[in-house]
Amino acid sequence: MSTTATRVIVTGDQPRRALLRGRRPEDLDRPGQRARLRKETLSGYGFLVPWLVGFFGLTIVPMMYSLYLSFTRYNIFQPPQWIGFDNYVRLFTNDPAFIQSAQITLIYVLVGTPITLTAALIVAMLLNYRDKGAGFFRSSFYAPSLIGGSVSVAIVWRAMFAADGPVDNSLSFFGIELGGWIGNPSLVLPAMILLAVWQFGATMVIFLAGLKQIPKELYEAAEVDGANAFHRFRAVTIPMLSPVIFFNLLLGLIGAFQVFASAYIISNGSGGPAGMTNFITLYLYKRGFSDGQMGYAAAIAWVLLVVVAIIAFILFRTQRSWVHYSGDNR
Amino acid sequence: MTTSSFSQNALVQVENQVVDPTTPRARRKVKRRTWQTVIWFVVLLAITAVVLYPLVWLLFSTFKPNSEFGQNVGLIPNNPTIDNYIKVMEGIAGVPMWRFFTNSLIIAVGSVIGTVLSSALAAYAFARIQFKGLGILFAAMIGTLLLPFHVVIIPQYILFNNLGMIDTFWPLLLPKFLATEAFFVFLLVQFIRQMPRDMDEAARIDGAGHVRIFWSIILPLIKPALITCAIFAFIWAWNDFLGPLLYLTSPGNYPLPIALRLYNDQTSSSDYGATVTASFIALLPVLLFFLVFQRFLVDGVATQGLKG
Repeated sequence: MSTTATRVIVTGDQPRRALLRGRRPEDLDRPGQRARLRKETLSGYGFLVPWLVGFFGLTIVPMMYSLYLSFTRYNIFQPPQWIGFDNYVRLFTNDPAFIQSAQITLIYVLVGTPITLTAALIVAMLLNYRDKGAGFFRSSFYAPSLIGGSVSVAIVWRAMFAADGPVDNSLSFFGIELGGWIGNPSLVLPAMILLAVWQFGATMVIFLAGLKQIPKELYEAAEVDGANAFHRFRAVTIPMLSPVIFFNLLLGLIGAFQVFASAYIISNGSGGPAGMTNFITLYLYKRGFSDGQMGYAAAIAWVLLVVVAIIAFILFRTQRSWVHYSGDNR
Repeated sequence: MTTSSFSQNALVQVENQVVDPTTPRARRKVKRRTWQTVIWFVVLLAITAVVLYPLVWLLFSTFKPNSEFGQNVGLIPNNPTIDNYIKVMEGIAGVPMWRFFTNSLIIAVGSVIGTVLSSALAAYAFARIQFKGLGILFAAMIGTLLLPFHVVIIPQYILFNNLGMIDTFWPLLLPKFLATEAFFVFLLVQFIRQMPRDMDEAARIDGAGHVRIFWSIILPLIKPALITCAIFAFIWAWNDFLGPLLYLTSPGNYPLPIALRLYNDQTSSSDYGATVTASFIALLPVLLFFLVFQRFLVDGVATQGLKG
C-alpha cells in the first residue's frame, strides 16, 4: 500500500490530486460529487459508531435520565416516584450536611487550585532558568501527578499527617505542636489541599512548555527598555503565558471538584472528622449508594454540574479581558 | 556534579557573550552566575527532597516490622525485615494477593485495548473525514472533556444493574471500548491533524477507502501518540477507585485499590506494615512504567496539555 502511495507522491500525479483537493462549492452541483459527499458522511459515521454509542448511551441519555431522577424519590428497588422540586428544596433548606459539603468542596477547589497553579508556575520558571539538569527535576516533580489520586498515596498521606507521623515530628522540631492533621477537623482540609498541591507536576510541565515558547527577543527588548525582573514577569511572561494559564485553571478547577478516592480513604469512607472531608462527590456516593437515595443523589449531581458549568462560563466570559492569543490564532 | 563544573559552565556562557573575563566587572558577573547556579541546584534539590519524601518513606516503611510503627519515627528501619511482604502475599478476606493483582491487570489491559481502538477510530473520523454534522459532534466531544464523571454514575449504575453486569468487569471495560474518555480522542485528533495529507490523498487516488487509509497509513504514523494513550489508559485504569467500588461486590473480583481499602479499614490499627506494603505493591507497576517511559509521558503532557 505505502509503496504505491509513495510512487504517486514521487512521480507527482498532480492534475488528479489537485482535482480531489479543491472542493469548490460548484463541485457540489455535480452528481458525482454529491454522491461522494454522501459516501463520506456514511464512512464518517461508520468510524464514529463506538463513540456515538458511548456518547449517547453512556453520557447524553444518562445525563437526561439523571435530571429526571433528580425530581423523583428512587431507591432502585421501587419505580421512581415524581416529587417535583422537593429534592432541591431539601438540599438547600433542610440539609446541613450538604451545605457543609458544598462549602468545604468550594474551599478545597478555590484555595487548592490557585495554590497549585502558583506553585507550578514558580517551579516551572525555576526550571526554565537553565536547561542542563532540568530534565531530572522535571520528571521527579511530575511523578506525583501520575499517582496522586490513587488509594496507595492516600494511605501514605494518612500516615504522613498522622499524630507522631513525619509531618508532626518535623513541625515539633521547630516547636510547632499541631498533633495529627487527619483526625483534626480544622487541619484535615489543609492536609487535603496539600495533597492536591503535591500533584503540581502535570500543571508545571504544561507551564514549562509554554514558557519555552515565549520568544527571547521580548525579554531582551524589555530589558533594553529598563524593565526589571518583576516588570518583565508582569509585562511579558504573564500575557504570553495567559492561554496556558487559562487552560490549566479551567482543567484544574474542574478536576478538583472530582476528588474522591483520597477523601474516601483518608476518612475511611465517613467524610470525617466532623464532615471536613465530606466532599461533594463523597456525599453524592454515600447518599446514592449507601443510603439508596438515588433521586436525591441525582439532584446533588446536577447541582455539581451546574456549578461546574457556571465556573466554566465565567472563565470563558472573562477570557477576553485577560487571555492574550498571539497573532497565529492558536 | 561539583561546583567547579558549574563555574566552568557559567564561564563558558559569559565568554560566549564576548566579554573579556579578566576585567573586574566581568569577573563579578561570572561569580554572580556561578552563585546563581549553585543556589538554583540547592533550591531544586530541596524541592525534590520534599516532593519525593512520601514515596521514599513508603519504600522504607515496607521493611519496618509492625512494632516500629509509631515508635521509630526515622526513615530507616531499625530491624529491617521482609515479613510484611510475606504476610501481604497471603492477601486479605480469603483472597490471595496475586488474585487482586491479576484482576487489576485484566481491567487495565482491557482498558488499554478498548481505549486505543475506539479512540483511534473516532479520532480518524474527526480529523480526516468531511461529513455532515462534523462540527457539532466535535464540539460535543470537546464538551464531554469538561463534564464531571459523577453526573452520570447513578444512571450508569442503574443501566449496568439492569443489564445484569454488577460484579463483573463489564461496567469498567465497556465504556473504554466506546471511547467515553474524550481526552484520548482529543489527543489523537490533534496528532492526526499534524500529519501531512499527501499520503492519504495519494492512497485515495489508488482507490483505497477510509478503512485502508486508517489501517495502513494513519495508524502506523500515529504510533507514538497511541503509545502515550496506552500508558495513560493503563495507569488511570490501574489507579481507578470509584468504578470498582461501585460495580465489584465480591472480594474475588477486587482489583488492588479496593483490596487496599480492606487493609485500610480492617487492619490499619493492628497491621500497619501490611497496609503500607500492599500500598507499595499497588504503586509498583505505575512507578516502573514511569521510570521506563518518563520522557514519553512528560513530553506527551507538555505537547498535548494532558493532565496526569
